[in-house]
Amino acid sequence: MAYTEEELKKELETKEYEYGFYTNIESDTFPKGLNEDIVRAISKKKNEPEWMTEWRLEAFRIWEKMEEPEWANVHYEKPDFQAISYYSAPKSADPNKSLEDVDPDLLEMYRKLGISVDEQKKLQNVAVDIVVDSVSVATTFKKTLAEKGIIFMPISEAIQEHPELVKKYMGTVVPKTDNFYAALNSAVFTDGSFCYIPKGVRCPMELSTYFRINEGGTGQFERTLVIADESSYVSYLEGCTAPSRDENQLHAAVVELIALNDAEIKYSTVQNWYPGNAEGKGGVYNFVTKRGICENNAKISWTQVETGSAVTWKYPSCILKGNNSVGEFYSIAVTNNFQQADTGTKMIHLGKNTKSTIISKGISAGKSQNSYRGLVQIGSRAENARNFSQCDSLLMGNECGAHTFPYIEAKNKSAQIEHEATTSKIGEDQIFYCNQRGIDTEKAIALIVNGFSKEVLNKLPMEFAVEAQKLLEISLEGSVG
Amino acid sequence: MLKINDLHASVEDKEILNGINLEVNAGEVHAIMGPNGSGKSTLAAVIAGKEEFEVTKGNVVLDGEDLVDDAPEERAHKGVFLSFQYPVEIPGVSVTNFMKTAINETRKAKGLEDMPANQMLKLIREKAEMLEIDRKFLSRSLNEGFSGGEKKRNEIFQMAMLEPKLAILDETDSGLDIDALRIVANGVNKLKSKDNAVIVITHYQRLLEYIVPDFVHVLHNGRIVKSGGKELALELEEKGYDWIKNEAVV
Repeated sequence: MAYTEEELKKELETKEYEYGFYTNIESDTFPKGLNEDIVRAISKKKNEPEWMTEWRLEAFRIWEKMEEPEWANVHYEKPDFQAISYYSAPKSADPNKSLEDVDPDLLEMYRKLGISVDEQKKLQNVAVDIVVDSVSVATTFKKTLAEKGIIFMPISEAIQEHPELVKKYMGTVVPKTDNFYAALNSAVFTDGSFCYIPKGVRCPMELSTYFRINEGGTGQFERTLVIADESSYVSYLEGCTAPSRDENQLHAAVVELIALNDAEIKYSTVQNWYPGNAEGKGGVYNFVTKRGICENNAKISWTQVETGSAVTWKYPSCILKGNNSVGEFYSIAVTNNFQQADTGTKMIHLGKNTKSTIISKGISAGKSQNSYRGLVQIGSRAENARNFSQCDSLLMGNECGAHTFPYIEAKNKSAQIEHEATTSKIGEDQIFYCNQRGIDTEKAIALIVNGFSKEVLNKLPMEFAVEAQKLLEISLEGSVG
Repeated sequence: MLKINDLHASVEDKEILNGINLEVNAGEVHAIMGPNGSGKSTLAAVIAGKEEFEVTKGNVVLDGEDLVDDAPEERAHKGVFLSFQYPVEIPGVSVTNFMKTAINETRKAKGLEDMPANQMLKLIREKAEMLEIDRKFLSRSLNEGFSGGEKKRNEIFQMAMLEPKLAILDETDSGLDIDALRIVANGVNKLKSKDNAVIVITHYQRLLEYIVPDFVHVLHNGRIVKSGGKELALELEEKGYDWIKNEAVV
């Protein structure tokens, strides 16, 4: 079959970002713009109790007085917050229905996303919550989890069914006043996941949320709250994709993790929002606040593979409040073409004998800019705090940039802080060496990048490590000419 | 097997190979010697297809096929192997993983399925034993922190795994002490057969005491100026390269 040039071009374009499709699902979308009425309308749409409505309004009033931060090493046209629709829901979504009742178009979309909501995930032992635009559309395995007392549901449902938990914890780690985007999210968040693991329970499967922006002209503002009660354990994964669009879409999420005494939370992200095209047009603005708090002997581990988004602004952090608590941050951030990423972490040591580890791997290609920004803060009462940070940058080509901004603030003399950083470039010699062994250039780059990222990839749950590896390959395709 | 005809190659308009003619048959070992800057390593790189060198004239024919327009990986798939003078480090990629990728990419090019994992492991074990390589070595990152001897031994291990038709050993003896040299040379001798051929590129005669060549060629200013049997290497050792240089001028 002979291809026309146009067809071929199209196929190549879709290969660049394979999740760039748009599913035509009838949706219920609010008019553009943001004011108190819109905030009230979101709350009403969700049937929320009054305390929640008030909480949102308070956040909105705080946000109105705030200014968008400019300190990050990224340059972009600021979004017009009045030109965004703050609520969009697929009309046929109803999380209480069983999967057979789900709109076939939605199911087709899951299939394209590679999420088989039923059998496949059962085999892999992963429970999935799927958020399309503003609402959660399907949550699997609720029953199995409920037997152990685990609550895993859309946050909108949790507000209805477990208000005491939501009220107690929401906003305690990332307060409404925290920053511009967190305040915005607090006012307008529409859905997200909620998870509670009871005392002493080890969650028997990976919990996973899949976020998808589908509608044009909308933003996604989801909120995730994970509470691991004393001596419990949970591993949580989130994945994100969006259609390819010429416009910039805003994603401003808040994730709060609470690890009570002796609990452990492992939170992994594979972020693949649409990065914009090769000329830097379109793509998602990913402005996210993620933070966890550790009580005594608790541990929080953040692992992220960031390959998408036009602009990323994201610092998954740990407040090591309890004695002997542990914080970890493992990150791979890939930027290609015109992508910009300013990402890193904050490790706030407050308790005694607290320990943190930061391993950051930045890979820059094309004309992209990739910055690591990290804060290690040792409080005056944090005796014997320890931190180890390692920031490695890998450059491909001559037009990209890698930047490292480490901040260290130690108020206790017993602290031990180590920081290591390296910058390297994929050399022609390395590529020729691989070529000579029969490995072509694309595969050689994938091999070198995987080797470079190995320490972080190893931290991902097995099923997702493979997915993440493939993603790295796709993101860097065609980046060496 | 290999036929090089009037090969000219240059880098940045500077001609380095200046009309090389060479024929290598299956089962033969050829040594290429010559002073520094005579073009020895360039010849190896050009046969392997390194892009910075431009072939301006002539051809390199392997089993009747001209390789000049082939990408380096295609030449590798056809059985050309280069043992590097300075093997490159690839952090985070284990020797085993690297070999697995190389073998499966070559199989893919030939339309074959990936080699089953158990077969791969068996092959790795076999070759490692043959070359007396410690298994721990195979899980280390490729060439990272390897000693000079380990790097060269690793090159020969890769040669054993890939079973090339034509192996070119570029200054394999440089940086090796006598024990390491003996181990590496023994490895090459074990891999020699009537179906493959080896080109040994070296500055000194020392390596040729262990890997005995059938033919010795002397390269000077990008041309082969003298060819002979193994005794030519000894003569060179005794008289030095000036003798050849003078002769070439005449």
